[in-house]
Amino acid sequence: MPLISIRNITKKYHTFNSDWDRFIEAITSGKVKRRQEHWILKGISLEAEAGESIGIIGYNGAGKSTLLKIVLGVSTPDTGTVSINGRVAGLLELGVGFHPEFTGRENAVISCQLLGLDPAEIPPLVEEIKAFSELHEYFDEPMRTYSTGMAMRLAFSASTVVRPEILVVDEALSVGDAYFQHKSMARIRRFREAGTTLFLVSHDPTAIKSLCDRAVILEDGVMIRDGRPDEVLDYYQAMVNRRKKDEEIRQFQGDGVLVTRSGDARMQIASIEVLDMEGRPGRVFKTGETARIRQTIICNDPSVRPNVGILIRDRLGNHVYGTNTNLKKIVIDDEFQVGSRFHVDFDVQLLLGGGTYNVTVAVVDDALHSSHLDWIDQAIVFQVMPESIPDFAGLTPLRTSISYSPGAAPGADVEEAAVAEVHA
Amino acid sequence: MNAVITKVPFAEPLWRYRAFIWSAATREMRLQSMNSVLGWLWPVLNAAALILLYMTLFVEVLKSKLPGSDDSMSYAIYLCVGIINWTYFSNTILRSLNIFGENAMLLKKAGFPKITLPIVVIVSQGVQFAIMLGVFAALLIFTGRIPGWSLLGMIPLLIIQQTIAISLGVLLGTLNVFFRDVGQAAGIILTFWFWLTPIVYPMSILSPNVAAFVTTWNPMTRIMIGYHDIALNNVMPNLADFAGHAVLAIVLSAVAYLCFKRLYSAVQDYL
Repeated sequence: MPLISIRNITKKYHTFNSDWDRFIEAITSGKVKRRQEHWILKGISLEAEAGESIGIIGYNGAGKSTLLKIVLGVSTPDTGTVSINGRVAGLLELGVGFHPEFTGRENAVISCQLLGLDPAEIPPLVEEIKAFSELHEYFDEPMRTYSTGMAMRLAFSASTVVRPEILVVDEALSVGDAYFQHKSMARIRRFREAGTTLFLVSHDPTAIKSLCDRAVILEDGVMIRDGRPDEVLDYYQAMVNRRKKDEEIRQFQGDGVLVTRSGDARMQIASIEVLDMEGRPGRVFKTGETARIRQTIICNDPSVRPNVGILIRDRLGNHVYGTNTNLKKIVIDDEFQVGSRFHVDFDVQLLLGGGTYNVTVAVVDDALHSSHLDWIDQAIVFQVMPESIPDFAGLTPLRTSISYSPGAAPGADVEEAAVAEVHA
Repeated sequence: MNAVITKVPFAEPLWRYRAFIWSAATREMRLQSMNSVLGWLWPVLNAAALILLYMTLFVEVLKSKLPGSDDSMSYAIYLCVGIINWTYFSNTILRSLNIFGENAMLLKKAGFPKITLPIVVIVSQGVQFAIMLGVFAALLIFTGRIPGWSLLGMIPLLIIQQTIAISLGVLLGTLNVFFRDVGQAAGIILTFWFWLTPIVYPMSILSPNVAAFVTTWNPMTRIMIGYHDIALNNVMPNLADFAGHAVLAIVLSAVAYLCFKRLYSAVQDYL
């Protein structure tokens, strides 16, 4: 028989317009509906044998913590069944039930009592907590004098003093300093070897790979992957990359300003790259270096005569420079097929002061009053680093030469007269 | 012990968590006794001060006696017995109102048996009650007025009284999660309830109609009369009079349990 068996559980969170609505629904066991529903878990099934350890990964809001709460028994699923045969301990919220006025020792005693241990078993366990937490003489001081790290050490030591059959760990909870983290990981590992079933929620692939023999991905309340950790993590990595890429196109990096993209898509910009002169992708350039802004375009309608352009803006949105193939008298009139690709490189010498700049890229219809085929605002961001000792201040190094000669220059008298007038 | 544990409902988790129940019940007193020289003596001193105040006021200053009694201490004893028992009753209800909010952290702990929480309330209030009763008993012994074996009659009355109290407390505490109004209203209702119970006044001063009403509709009336009979007349209460009370206590506890069971999942999401 599996130690944990979760069958097709669902969980909705509800919001109610009033407490009265909440009460009516609860007392009628939901026969009267007054709620607005948000699904958190949409039918999860999971079984775990003794000694198995399962890594749970997924984006924030995927339902991981709700699943853990249900395993812990502190939340009840709406439908489905959960059967658990053993004592569950959770490291979700450390320090549950600690009182700041009590000493570490008194809190450790209470923590043991909360495990339902026999009173005779408690004193040696308290000594064990003292030893593991390494609080030494602080153990007999009130908890209000503890640093956060010390409180965490006590909480971890106290909640893991007895090996549970099932341990639920949220890795977000990094306990204390690096030394203690290693120590607590070692304890979790020892539990696992002794037969504890482990549920580990983590964003850290190495933690999952080293501690788990199985991993699942939750996305949007559904378990979309269940298998060997390396395979599942690869899949997850691909998910993350895809999402990152999406974000790169959709979002102004850094500021989180949403990008507007418009156009009828008869021609589409498939990718935008900023390259250095060796052809490597780059985002950071020095003043005066040349950057290659490359647009790759897919043709969806061969009849279109495209005009491809760029617009560089500074971080305040000032237009710094813009141009297009039309202005530069470059004609793109090949015989395109549907799906054929071409790319346009803009080699721009960055005569710019230090700062970040964004590039808007566009392909418009040359014939039809420049109607947008594809237009992506703030598609990509690059940075210009000033020389370590810049020889100018401001937005752009205007071509400037300075000469010096002693004595008045010819015509200086006129200047002086003008200055004198202003002063008067 | 094991045989008992498997037969009585809830006995197993309660026995297993007995250490926790005791430490949680005495938590407040322990916190108060910290960093104080007299520590544990303070609750006793508090009780003694209150009882001595009543004694001086009603025996020496106001010279109040119960009608038909020539004992100078009769009214003071009457009042103290009533107040000590009523305080246990009403504080049990009041402390249960926020039972879920106050213990939200514990309820989020895996495997924690929820049944311990009302027991913690009963025990913690019971400790206060025992201190008051102990001080009062000492005074009765000192003045030679301690009743005899009829004192044992307090036990069934207390069991009935506290079952009613904790059932009402859990019921109202559950509803109080949804409606804060319940807690507010409970305070007011308990004040009225206090004055509808013969604690400050003897039954004999009520008009027959009022006396009949108070005896029929207020379960605490008979219980109070029972305590008074024990303390003043050394008369064991007739348990047959309390059959209705026992039924009420059982029904109330069943209602409270079912209500709690039905609403608990919603309570969990609310915490």
